[in-house]
Amino acid sequence: MPNENPNIRRIVNDPALSAAQKARALSLEAENSLEYPTLDEQTRAALEARVICDMYEGHAPYKPRYVLPDYSVVLKNGSEWLELPVPQTLDEAIHTLMIAYHHVPSVTSMPVFIGHLDDLLLPFCSGVSDEKLYQQIKLFWRYLDRVLPDAFMHANIGPTDNRVARTILRVDAELKQIAPNLTLLYDPQISGDEILRLATKNITMCSKPHIANHPVHQQTFDDRGYGIVSCYNALPVCGGSSTLTRINLAKVAERSENSEDFLTNKLPYYVDLNFRLTQARIDYLYNQSGFFDSFMINEGWLDENRFTAMFGIFALAEAVNALQDKSGAKGRYGLSADANAMGYRISQSLEGLVAARPMKYVWRGRAMLHSQAGLSTDTGYTPGVRIPYGTEPDPVAHIQALAPHHRYYASGISEILTLDETVKANPEAVMDLCKGAFSMGLREFTANVGGNDLVRVTGYMVRLSDVEKFNAEHASRTNTTALGAEAADRTQILQRKPRVVANELFAGADQ
Amino acid sequence: MSSLQAQISKILTWSCVDGPGNRAVLFLQGCNFDCAACHNPHTIGSCNHCGDCIEACPTQALSLKAGRLRFDPDRCTQCDACLEACPVKANPMVPCYSVEDILLLLRKHRAFLSGITVSGGEATMQLPFIRALFAAIGCDRELCHLTRFIDTNGYLGPAGWKSVLNGTDGVMLDIKAFDLERHRRLTGRSNERSLASARLLHEAGKLYELRYLMIPGQTDGEEEIASLREFALSLDGNVRIRLNAFRTHGVRGKASDWPAASRDKVEAAASQLESAGIGPVALPSLW
Repeated sequence: MPNENPNIRRIVNDPALSAAQKARALSLEAENSLEYPTLDEQTRAALEARVICDMYEGHAPYKPRYVLPDYSVVLKNGSEWLELPVPQTLDEAIHTLMIAYHHVPSVTSMPVFIGHLDDLLLPFCSGVSDEKLYQQIKLFWRYLDRVLPDAFMHANIGPTDNRVARTILRVDAELKQIAPNLTLLYDPQISGDEILRLATKNITMCSKPHIANHPVHQQTFDDRGYGIVSCYNALPVCGGSSTLTRINLAKVAERSENSEDFLTNKLPYYVDLNFRLTQARIDYLYNQSGFFDSFMINEGWLDENRFTAMFGIFALAEAVNALQDKSGAKGRYGLSADANAMGYRISQSLEGLVAARPMKYVWRGRAMLHSQAGLSTDTGYTPGVRIPYGTEPDPVAHIQALAPHHRYYASGISEILTLDETVKANPEAVMDLCKGAFSMGLREFTANVGGNDLVRVTGYMVRLSDVEKFNAEHASRTNTTALGAEAADRTQILQRKPRVVANELFAGADQ
Repeated sequence: MSSLQAQISKILTWSCVDGPGNRAVLFLQGCNFDCAACHNPHTIGSCNHCGDCIEACPTQALSLKAGRLRFDPDRCTQCDACLEACPVKANPMVPCYSVEDILLLLRKHRAFLSGITVSGGEATMQLPFIRALFAAIGCDRELCHLTRFIDTNGYLGPAGWKSVLNGTDGVMLDIKAFDLERHRRLTGRSNERSLASARLLHEAGKLYELRYLMIPGQTDGEEEIASLREFALSLDGNVRIRLNAFRTHGVRGKASDWPAASRDKVEAAASQLESAGIGPVALPSLW
């Protein structure tokens, strides 16, 4: 077999991948043997130089990257296609959801969004005892972690304080599983301090949940609502995002003479090319893949007009530092006021460029800016607008330095605050930090507590002990451990504190 | 507004170990104890403008002008050589802050804070400043929700406490040893005033936490732990205890050779106290 593809053989024989993980990697190889959607020469050159990036998604987009079904539809109507009756009890409701999840695609082939679980399940809880609810949630949680072991899979609770949300927090702290990932939507007018106190206590035990600034997100979206999925992406429910593409701002800065050249010439140029790349991928998905003929559209779980396009950026820190060097300025990103001000100018400029560009097949006709949390292969580049690992100031100064960026990144932005273990004895301090962060306009609050086995990498959870085991050539049950291990080796994420890098599982497989 | 000033060696706006919630912490310069085991010995003395540190500074950040020591922060590389050279355990880099300076700082960070803690050194050596600061916080509409705590060795007398307790929400008080001679050896002072302060504060409902440092072979013996237990039992109602474990980090002189406290021993003391019905007993978060 002289034409054998060595990548395929490598995947088949990889002792660290399960059969299902191999099947997924093999399908990506097959997809990538097809021609890429047609790109003009400039766009192709920028993609090959990785100034712009398609997240190493396949050559033939046949599903949106992030899918956020409105699960209330299947709970209310059942499903004709899946031959599911309308659920009547809590057991039936959870069972219906478990079946639904199986059919929801995403970039990882596992669902990234499993719903606002308290809103979905509360109508089935009257007459259900606390003990029964606890048992049901615990079994549900075990199912999710064992059958859909992907830390990008995300559950939402809140903003109301209710018994389902509380039971989920209790079970999540008890089981300390990687999956599902969890976000509490917090609204000071609705949620109250008690649920926030429970959530911050959980953070000191297992670095989950994230806390989302609900009033800020709510203003960004419409009445059908939004969900927080994967690595803190905020997206429309009953839709999602067709694509995530991104610009490496450090590489744009390298190609600029100075900050003026960056802002007036080079950045608009690469923003334009990234738009062309994005539209080419979306056109393929809408015109050729047939995805939107699915039963999920016909039954109303999804609306083809509610998929946005995430316009990602990363390595702002390296970009600002490079531009500072070019102008002979000493201040470093995250630490000096002038470097931070340069960062804010870049974010503001990006927002203007993204808002000015009409897009086809995209929710509201415009892409949404996103501070992209990294790939496991991003050696030497800091995720999104974050401050480089190991150079962060104290958590309060950290939040104050980054808060002004948050208004610009409508489809998601996150900072990971690393707190030392002393905070375990004083979870109220985490609550203070969260409230302070939200008062400054942060969209998301995420913290890692040192010494926890379960830690957040760029946006998802891994067990440090799993990473060690994986490195010792043991197979891991969960998809994201492979990413975490790769990220840890390549990007110094463990240098400072436990962390993992971000996104998709096979991003590094073609490296 | 008060124009009172204090010498403050360090200010934090993020601390989760100086009382409940996140707190701003002011480390006031100067102490009336001279503990061998001090983790921050450069906070003990007050600068007497002798100029002995000037030569030690490799970047000429220190000078004498009209008999007063001057410090130029732009030249400082934070090598701390001056701290080593200082003959009176002071810190020539310590700046002065007014009450108004601190209020400005608190306003900037208020959304992140549960309160403020004054620590040291021994904070109560600059009592008029604390009194003025706490009073100003109490009548400031933006800041009055912040709780006001003092971290102290308890050497302050009853009149001093009475003058500041109205504006104070809680006190963390350290007992260095219960045996009088041992206390004298470790701190250079008797412990009678510290024990009396602990009682006074507890009766006033202001003793947030009684702290005790376990130093192997010195303050971790059965006799000392039994005295701690008896003292806590003699107080009417529950008292929160924090057992600290001696480490050599930052310690200078003979105590830098002392062994660090072992986790087993500290945990054994904690369970002994708890089984006597005392507590809650807080332990170090890190070992």
